[in-house]
Amino acid sequence: MTAYAFLGALEQGFVFGLMVLGVYITFRVLDFPDLTVDGTLPLGAAVSAALITHGINPIWSLIAALAAGCIAGSITAILATRLRIMSLLASIITMTGLYSINIRIMGRPNITLLNAPTIFEYFDFLGLPRHVVTVLLFLSLVLISKFLLDIFLYTELGLAIRATGDNPQMARSQGINTDRMIVIGVSISNGMVALSGALVAQSQGFADVGMGIGTIVAGLASIILGESLVGTQTVPRQTWSSVVGSVLYRIVIAIALSYQVGFLHLTPSDLNLVTAILVVLCLMVPFLREKFQRGK
Amino acid sequence: MLSAVEITKVFNKGTINEVVAIDSLTLHVNDGDFITVIGSNGAGKSSLLNLLAGTYIPDSGTITLAGEDITTWPEYRRATFIGRVFQNPFIGTCGSMTIEENLALAYRRGLPRRIRKGITEKDRTLFRDRLSILGLGLEHRLKDKVDVLSGGQRQCLTLLMATLRHPKILLLDEHTAALDPKTAEQVLKLTDQIISELKLTAIMVTHNMRQALSMGNRLIMMNRGKIIMDAQEKEKVKLTVQDLLEQFSRVRGKEFSEDRILLTD
Ligand SMILES: Nc1ncnc2c1ncn2[C@@H]1O[C@H](COP(=O)(O)OP(=O)(O)OP(=O)(O)O)[C@@H](O)[C@H]1O
Ligand SMILES: [Mg+2]
Repeated sequence: MTAYAFLGALEQGFVFGLMVLGVYITFRVLDFPDLTVDGTLPLGAAVSAALITHGINPIWSLIAALAAGCIAGSITAILATRLRIMSLLASIITMTGLYSINIRIMGRPNITLLNAPTIFEYFDFLGLPRHVVTVLLFLSLVLISKFLLDIFLYTELGLAIRATGDNPQMARSQGINTDRMIVIGVSISNGMVALSGALVAQSQGFADVGMGIGTIVAGLASIILGESLVGTQTVPRQTWSSVVGSVLYRIVIAIALSYQVGFLHLTPSDLNLVTAILVVLCLMVPFLREKFQRGK
Repeated sequence: MLSAVEITKVFNKGTINEVVAIDSLTLHVNDGDFITVIGSNGAGKSSLLNLLAGTYIPDSGTITLAGEDITTWPEYRRATFIGRVFQNPFIGTCGSMTIEENLALAYRRGLPRRIRKGITEKDRTLFRDRLSILGLGLEHRLKDKVDVLSGGQRQCLTLLMATLRHPKILLLDEHTAALDPKTAEQVLKLTDQIISELKLTAIMVTHNMRQALSMGNRLIMMNRGKIIMDAQEKEKVKLTVQDLLEQFSRVRGKEFSEDRILLTD
């Protein structure tokens, strides 16, 4: 792998790290399997790209993307809590609806942002090459998000959200409105995913309605990968797992794409299959470890 | 103080599995009452507590607290004035969270959950203070996860959590049934101590007649979703295990002799 490709993998690892932190909130904290993210990642990209092409400041477009993600997340959560639709199904419903909405927002299935203003222009004064700026900016953003999330999960509200995911019966008997906690948590999660999508669109120069496919699996793969290395003992460790896992995952993917296996040369369209296999391998680790130890 | 009037709860209505868990039951709980509840399996004891706590909403009838109709209040809202300990030690606490985090959750019962530091040093001092009452050394283990505690320790912690913010009423559903006899005895002693120290109003379900007689000021016997005996104060003091057994056999006929869960020791 070239240094350039490595830098590219870092950049992706950091920017998708925001998405992974979002997935961590639903899957690990709330225990609410949420597939909405496959729709909210392109939603964030679509909102940001559409606003930028309409002449809106790219920073405002990020805030709008975040808000749109929160709204999409709250719809899934309300479907699940108010209408008592199974969380997985509720999220698939929202995700499906978002596909049409995303095309409506963009007016077509994709928008290119070549020559359009992006947030990276604000850092031109540094005099660094664009791809270095991008990496540094995404690194700062994912670290800030990680630390903010850590602090949040130790607030009164954060504790209540964690209790809701761990033991809803206990949470209710301690006066916690579990339905509301799910709405808040799933909203924040999807807001982060949409923000991640908006940043991706601005860095790669386009938004596409299909860019969200496989988001959830990539998120899960990252979390599992990170957890096996960093551990899950405390909240800060869990969020580190998400960030580290996200970077590792992108590096693994970059390596997989850069090698030719016999006559087979992997292309980006094989990425989802590679991810799927990676998740299965990761999930097998504890199983194999147990088997191995028993065998001894 | 707390009143349930003619409440009925039917599970699986309209199916072959239909069960009338609570059958037009009326109960007035007075301020300061410590009620023990006995009854055979399926008599509706847990259902009664679940209805009072709002886990289920009754099909008919009303529940009022200090004159206010709370029949349709959801569980989390009623938790403002209700403290609960469950039979299953795993239900009352969050295993993946630390002892102090669990206590902090309980310390905000009935109060809004804000975006503020969840645990302050002042809270910790209070938690240590309260934990030391248990005599289990948990005051030195604030940052341990609840996962690593034994069932008995978890029940003690749950009891502490249920009473950290003074509840208007404490509901205990066979909270010692899953523990070994020695631990159960300790938890019961603690229960008695906390209830009398904080002058709590409480309802305690038990399968042990001796316990039901020795604790509290009022005893209720349930059968098939109804209250079939309600002995208060002086009346309760005079009661013996023999009286309870006779009452049981009167309503259940020979059925009761097969009810091996009725403990008389
Ligand atoms: N969630 C539920 N769904 C269906 N049936 C239920 C439910 N909860 C209770 N029941 C039924 O209602 C009846 C009363 O049950 P309940 O648990 O209140 O009895 P109990 O007096 O607490 O018994 P035990 O001494 O075994 O705990 C039983 O027939 C039970 O099967
Ligand atoms: Mg019961």
